Amino acid sequence: MTTQIRTAAETRLIPALFVAILGLAVITLAGHVQASALHDAAHDVRHATGFPCH
Amino acid sequence: MTPRMMCAMRQGSPATKMIQRLLVSGLFAGAAAGLIVGLLQLVFVQPVLLHAELYETGALVHFGTSEVVSAHPELPAFDAVRDGLSIVFTMMIYTGYAMLLLAAMSVAEDRGAVVDGRTGILWGVAGFVAFHLAPGFTLAPEVPGVAAADIVGRQIWWFGTVAAAAIALWLIAFGKGWTAWGIAVALLIAPHLIGAPEPSQFAGPVPTEIAALFAARALGVGLAAWVLVGCFAGYFWQREGERTGTAQNV
Repeated sequence: MTTQIRTAAETRLIPALFVAILGLAVITLAGHVQASALHDAAHDVRHATGFPCH
Repeated sequence: MTPRMMCAMRQGSPATKMIQRLLVSGLFAGAAAGLIVGLLQLVFVQPVLLHAELYETGALVHFGTSEVVSAHPELPAFDAVRDGLSIVFTMMIYTGYAMLLLAAMSVAEDRGAVVDGRTGILWGVAGFVAFHLAPGFTLAPEVPGVAAADIVGRQIWWFGTVAAAAIALWLIAFGKGWTAWGIAVALLIAPHLIGAPEPSQFAGPVPTEIAALFAARALGVGLAAWVLVGCFAGYFWQREGERTGTAQNV
C-alpha cells in the first residue's frame, strides 16, 4: 500500500508539481517581472493579456 | 555501469517519462496556441492599443481643445521588432499557461477524468475564467495611459485572485458536496469584496470609448486563446501519452 502511494506520487504528483512551477516561472518572467528590458519587450502583450503592466 | 542500468536510463523512470510527456505537450500546445493568439492580438487588440498610445503620449488630445479630433487617425505601421517580440512573448506566456493546465490535467486524469482535445476546451474555458476573467472583473484590462495604483500591490492582488479562482474552479469541477462548492463560491467572490489596489485619482487621457473597446477585445481574444491552448494541451497530452506509453486510457 505504502509502495503504491509512493509510486503514484512519484509518477504523477511530483512531475505535475515540477512542470507547474516551471510554467509559473515562465509566466512570471514573461508577464510580470518589471526589469525594463523585459517590460519594454513584453509591453503590448502584458496589456493585451490583462496583466498589471506599469 | 551495467547494460541493464544503461537500458533503464535510456528508457527513463516513469516519473521522467511523465515529465517528458508534460513538457513536450506543453511546448507544442503553448507554441501553437501562442502563435495563433499573437496574430489575433495583432489584428484585434494592437490597433486599439496604438490608438490609445496616441493619447497617452499627447499626440492626440480629446478634451480641452477646440480642434476636432478624428476617431480614425492614422496608426503606426507594422513594426517587425515590436510586433515580432509581441508574438514571441505571447508564445512564452501561453506555453507557461499550457504547462500549468497540463499539470492540473495530469492530476485530474489520475483521479479518473478524461483528458483529450475535446474536454481540453472545457479546461481552456476554466483557465480563461481563472487567469483572465476573474482578475479582470475588478482589475479591468488596462489600456496604456490609465491611472493605476502601485504595480507591486496590483501584481500581488492579481496572483492572489488567480490562485483563489483556480482553486475554486477545481472544487466546483471535482469537489463533492455543498461544503466544497460553498468554499468555491467564497473564493470566487472574496477577492472582489476585498478589492484591488486602486488609484487615488483618475488621470487617464485616453477616451473611454477606446478603453472600453480595449478591455472587450482583450477579454474576447483571451477567451479564444484559452480555448485554443486547452484544446491543444488535451490533444497533445493524449498523443504524447500514446507515443511514450504513459497514457492511462488508450
